[in-house]
Amino acid sequence: MSGNRVGIIGIGQSEFRSRRDDASYPDLVREGVVRAMEDAKLDFDAIQAVVYSLSPDAMIGIGNAERLGIDAVGGRNKPFLRINNGGATGISSAVAAYYHIASGMFDVVLTAGADKIGECGDSQTVLNKIWDPSYERPLPLGTINMLAMSAVRYMDRYGMTEEDMARVTVKNRHHASLNPKAHLRKEVTIEDVLASRIISWPIKLLDCCPQSSGGAALVLASERFIKDNKLDAVWITGVGHAAETYWMGDRMGNNPTAEHADAYALGRSFEKSYRMAGITDPMKQIQVAELYAPFSSTEYHSIDAARLSPSPQETIQRLRDGEYQIGGRIPVNPSGGTLCTNAIAVTAMARVAEIALQVWGRAGAHQVKGAKLGVASGNGGDHQIFGTMVIEA
Amino acid sequence: MELMERQETWSITYNHALGETASYFYAKIRDEGAIYGKRCAKTNRVLVPPRSFSDETLLPTTDWVKVGPGGRIEAFTIVYEKFNNLPDPPYAFGYVLLDGADTALGGYFKGIDLKDPAAAAAKLKVGTRVKAKFAEKRTGAMLDFWFELA
Repeated sequence: MSGNRVGIIGIGQSEFRSRRDDASYPDLVREGVVRAMEDAKLDFDAIQAVVYSLSPDAMIGIGNAERLGIDAVGGRNKPFLRINNGGATGISSAVAAYYHIASGMFDVVLTAGADKIGECGDSQTVLNKIWDPSYERPLPLGTINMLAMSAVRYMDRYGMTEEDMARVTVKNRHHASLNPKAHLRKEVTIEDVLASRIISWPIKLLDCCPQSSGGAALVLASERFIKDNKLDAVWITGVGHAAETYWMGDRMGNNPTAEHADAYALGRSFEKSYRMAGITDPMKQIQVAELYAPFSSTEYHSIDAARLSPSPQETIQRLRDGEYQIGGRIPVNPSGGTLCTNAIAVTAMARVAEIALQVWGRAGAHQVKGAKLGVASGNGGDHQIFGTMVIEA
Repeated sequence: MELMERQETWSITYNHALGETASYFYAKIRDEGAIYGKRCAKTNRVLVPPRSFSDETLLPTTDWVKVGPGGRIEAFTIVYEKFNNLPDPPYAFGYVLLDGADTALGGYFKGIDLKDPAAAAAKLKVGTRVKAKFAEKRTGAMLDFWFELA
């Protein structure tokens, strides 16, 4: 595929916080774009198309907020496309930008977005509305409750404990303490997590991601453009997407295709990415992973789906043994991950950005030494739509 | 400098048509105090809640099948946090595979003391037998029924 690859040439991320009272929504989008363009060292005229990363409108309280964002991304007179795949939106936007270039129709594409979840006082109200009005809306469903039920099944099938969940928070908070862009950077202990108040059993406050505000952007370019302009880049060598049934109750019961304890379609998405990138032995070949996991429990099934462990029981054991922390065998979420920063519209883009920085050797204090190949993922909807990417130096 | 903010509220009313399949399901709950699923003729899987087509075969479902009232817990959570516009905690709810069904149906678990989270979670363990109970006055709605330990 040499000569025909797609590279990442610019990365921009905010320092994510609860609120950014100094910035309007388009100001935050602009922040990511300005940083990515500076990083790419390109004149804005070089951007030929824009993919806009924006999850449910109600989370920021602006209907079709991509309208408001067009100016912030310099979208005038350019092809402009909004992507909304829920929590997967950011990686789906990066993959859509990839398609633009891989098709041969464009050489340089910007993808960008922002979120201000800290301004929404009712995020679980918004997320309750993702359930269908015919049957499930009258139930108190929300993303926390939905994933608490996944955790309950994972505990039942594979033996995960509340302490195992806490271990993920401890690991990721330590990683976040090294990352100035992360939102929750205070280190915590297993005891702290176990003593935090129960939200939806078995999920406690410190098992949960925060509601973050901030922007992110990526500039992607064709290999031809990168070489002609003598630019520095890292390469997207595998992309994948897969979806599973809407019905949570179909992910349990008799012989479900997509078991709710697991992340079935995420596994299928990784398979596609790995096949494309020529990865046959993920445990040996992958050196770093940023896996979308907004609750501590969900990091386990994400590691399983990425095949960074031989079995779920072994994932639990390896996490206990420190194999997924910086310095361990395959660091997972060295940035602190979604558990420490969740600005939903760009959260999965941050996974891509962080892996790009890692394989580029530019991740700073949370750099995984010598990493040259990494994977990123995003999960959206009612645990339903998944995107994955392989990035190499 | 002084940074200002303003409050905005969205309050939007919809009148959602439930369609033929869900309307039948709710009429049976209201009139018979019974839960019905719909079978996919190709796989024989009984989908609960009923749908007009199977997402696996993409064929229309054919016959109605009465399921439950017994079943087993497939998933649960116990909520101790107050969320705006959602019920006051604590409450337990989850999914139950009703006898004769192949997929699980959501509902509240009632009649369980939720004061001690670990003890309550042990009572609701995956695999526990439960029974669907129906309100005396039913309107044809999801909250006309709930689950209690069998």
